[in-house]
Amino acid sequence: MTADVILAVIQVLVVTAGAPLLVGALRTLKARLVGRRGPRVLQPYANLAKLLRKEAVVSTTTSWIFRVTPYVLFSTMVAAALIVPLLLARPVLDFAGLVLLMYLFVIGTFFLALAGLDAGSAFGGMGSSREVAVAALAEPTIMVAILALALRAETTSLGGIVERFARDPLLAANPGHLLAFSALFIVMLAETGRLPVDNPATHLELTMIHEAMVLEYSGHYLALVEWAAAMKLFLFMTLLANLFLPWGMPAAAAPLTILLGLIVLAAKLAVLTVGLALLETALAKLRLFRVPELLAGSFALALLSVLSVFLLR
Amino acid sequence: MAGLLYALTVAAGVAGAGVGVAGMLGIAWTVRVDGVVPLGGLELTMDPLAGFFLAVIGVCTAAASLYAVGAAGETHYDIGAYLAFVGALGVVPLAANAMTFLVAWEIMSLASWMLVLDRRDDAEARHAAWVYAVMTHAGLACLLAGMLLLGAHTGSLRFADWSAAAPALSPGLRNAVWLLLALGFAGKAGVIPLHVWLPLAHPAAPSHVSALMSGVMIKLGVYGLVRVGFEWLGPAPAAWGVVILLAGAVSAVVGVLYALVDPDLKRLLAFCSIENVGIILIGVGGAMLFRHAGLEALALLALVAALYHTVNHAMFKALLFLGAGAVVHGTGTRNMEAMGGLIKRMPWTAGCFLLGSMAIAGLPPLNGFVSEWLTFQALLQNIRLEEPALNLVFVVAIAALALTAGLAAACFVKAFGITFLALPRGDAAARAHDATPAMRLGMLVFAAACVLLGLGPTVVVPALGRVAGPVVRAATPATWGGATTLSISESFARLSTLAIAAALVVGVAVPFVTLALAGVSRRRRLYETWGCGRMLQTARMEYTATAFADPFKRVFRFFYRPEKQMQLDVHPESRFFVRRMAYTNPARSLFEDWLYRPVLAALLAIVARVQRLQSGSATAYLTYIFVALLVLLVLR
Repeated sequence: MTADVILAVIQVLVVTAGAPLLVGALRTLKARLVGRRGPRVLQPYANLAKLLRKEAVVSTTTSWIFRVTPYVLFSTMVAAALIVPLLLARPVLDFAGLVLLMYLFVIGTFFLALAGLDAGSAFGGMGSSREVAVAALAEPTIMVAILALALRAETTSLGGIVERFARDPLLAANPGHLLAFSALFIVMLAETGRLPVDNPATHLELTMIHEAMVLEYSGHYLALVEWAAAMKLFLFMTLLANLFLPWGMPAAAAPLTILLGLIVLAAKLAVLTVGLALLETALAKLRLFRVPELLAGSFALALLSVLSVFLLR
Repeated sequence: MAGLLYALTVAAGVAGAGVGVAGMLGIAWTVRVDGVVPLGGLELTMDPLAGFFLAVIGVCTAAASLYAVGAAGETHYDIGAYLAFVGALGVVPLAANAMTFLVAWEIMSLASWMLVLDRRDDAEARHAAWVYAVMTHAGLACLLAGMLLLGAHTGSLRFADWSAAAPALSPGLRNAVWLLLALGFAGKAGVIPLHVWLPLAHPAAPSHVSALMSGVMIKLGVYGLVRVGFEWLGPAPAAWGVVILLAGAVSAVVGVLYALVDPDLKRLLAFCSIENVGIILIGVGGAMLFRHAGLEALALLALVAALYHTVNHAMFKALLFLGAGAVVHGTGTRNMEAMGGLIKRMPWTAGCFLLGSMAIAGLPPLNGFVSEWLTFQALLQNIRLEEPALNLVFVVAIAALALTAGLAAACFVKAFGITFLALPRGDAAARAHDATPAMRLGMLVFAAACVLLGLGPTVVVPALGRVAGPVVRAATPATWGGATTLSISESFARLSTLAIAAALVVGVAVPFVTLALAGVSRRRRLYETWGCGRMLQTARMEYTATAFADPFKRVFRFFYRPEKQMQLDVHPESRFFVRRMAYTNPARSLFEDWLYRPVLAALLAIVARVQRLQSGSATAYLTYIFVALLVLLVLR
């Protein structure tokens, strides 16, 4: 029990502390790829610290929903940090499955969209409306990709899936499995507001989704929202890394194995970060009403992955 | 007087719920009174499935009547109709023979029809009642035909005799009877495309009646489909399961798509009931397919998921309808475009409506999440069914259910956000008042039920397992996990909503306390919303319900076929000075355009032909009678 609590605290700390680093590394890498020097890797920490020191300006139009949302958003990411297999093959809440994780992310989207409407500005509403549209259209891909994983691993529990694939490398190298990976990768781009769905680096009113929704936030509220967004990216990338490269994760909790797990995780995330940076540098943002086509494409990939299980049975 | 009668209904509802729960626990009984009803007498039987539905009806009736005590004096309909409606609701699941069932069913339909006619000076309400009367009687005709056909071939009108005799019937007859009964029940359940009455009738009724109609009356259609699919007609062929599963998937997606673009708060909820019936039927259809393939354990799981969603939907939909009723009560309008900012004027209603919205959007750890999770887990195990064609049907259902869940979350962001947040869009909303204490109490009962059903799946699922076990003829699993963790299909998947709730609470509390202690959260200033440099923020700058739904209207334009119309009234000097602008972009109903209108047109054409016989002259009529008699004599 005590060991579990310690592990839970370590997991949450790794995610909360590691998320800004991931975002900073990604930004620096993207800047270098286009020949800019870019900000320091540690810049997101400085930003968070600055926001936490600043005064928050809250619109008089808003209600308690607006003030509660940053905390709710943060807490869903904390809960998700206990569900994703991070350092060990088994997550802390070992009952947890993929379906639950995806529904947890919906809590954040739901409240953030409400907060976007709460201030009564046109931008907030626009961002909310677009965000829920993208999130809703990504749902079928997520569930069918989960089906593809569950069919091969015979469980939807995250720990179970990771263990199953780690035991059987051939299963993980299966083309159907790679299709499911591509489908979930596109979903990650949509859910975390990356290119080509949303551009995290712009405040251009015609194109923005996530930034429009959080436009009214400032001070410590904005710090929590941005932190939670970084944690979501971190968790999604960890999830992809551990579901599709399930090797090297220690099975039992001990100080040394946790350190080993941390190193393995950092290595996997580094690979994915480079991939994401290359992709974002090479791609332009899609027009908003072309995004459904991208998501339909990811759905087709997930569907093919499922069909390959049925046909190769 | 009315208050007293409602209070008595509360007591009756509590008593009904008690009897129902006892029935779920296995206390079976039969009551028979000869002569009250023709052809077999009044006969009531309690079994676990009937007990389950009676319990849901009882709880909903009690809380909705409690709310009605608070809303009494505002409505002017016949309280007799309400009592008849509630009584008939309770009798339908207990009925043990066809006549008892049909009489209770018809009283339920007629009484609710009178309640739909509450505002009978309103043309829209009269139209709604008319459509409802036609559709419900078409459904009754199907049920009557199906039951009489079955009765004629099995020689009995008692339900208990049917399940023994049905397997011996010819497949053609069984299919015909199933089709008739399924059409009748699906019509009452609001399955697409038989749903047209539902979005008209439910909003027209007073809100606590809407709550009962959406919460429990349409569930009796589901009840009928379960009885027909598993008991009355014996083992179901795979085709029936496929039809139910696909009908459920289509209803879920189409229902939520219509809900998403509707600016009428109560009609949005009514469309959303179609969606939830679809989700329930996905579970029922899955159970039928698993049962057909001999996978009893999975059939049990799928039916438990369907029943869980049945009770959950009854709770959160009733809560939302009562909340919408309080909003209509407080603002005098159902149009969301005229609302906004109600969270400040109606904090109680807003809190309850938010909880209901979260539950229906399937957010953990509330009840909607648990039943959707169970449904997904049942569907995800379809690999054990070794028929690629059926596997494909399941994949379609999974994708449809996922899309539905996503769209439902979007829909309730709209419903809550546009209604309760930002600035009031009209005077009525700015002067709104909150619900009366009795109305709040009614809502709080449902809100508590949503939370408890979400946190307690380890108690609810085994109880529902005992209800579903006899229906699918499966042994109930020895264990459903521990006291806090639900475990299904030998740990294929496990869930503990209590642990999730704890993690979320800690996740909110730790940063909140930390920031408060560090003094960070005190640095706060109130100021107006940033309006791109404009001087004044008005409600006209806010996003509207129509604008919110616009991305969906574009993405699914093949389905909505919106008719955009914009009228500009410009200044004569320059067309860049707009004086007035009217914009409408209503969605068209595919089903009305392509199904109901052609059928009605054909029907009217035939009627016009037949009408020529009706000349008005008595001699002609006498000639008809003479000819008819002659023909009959010759035929004999």
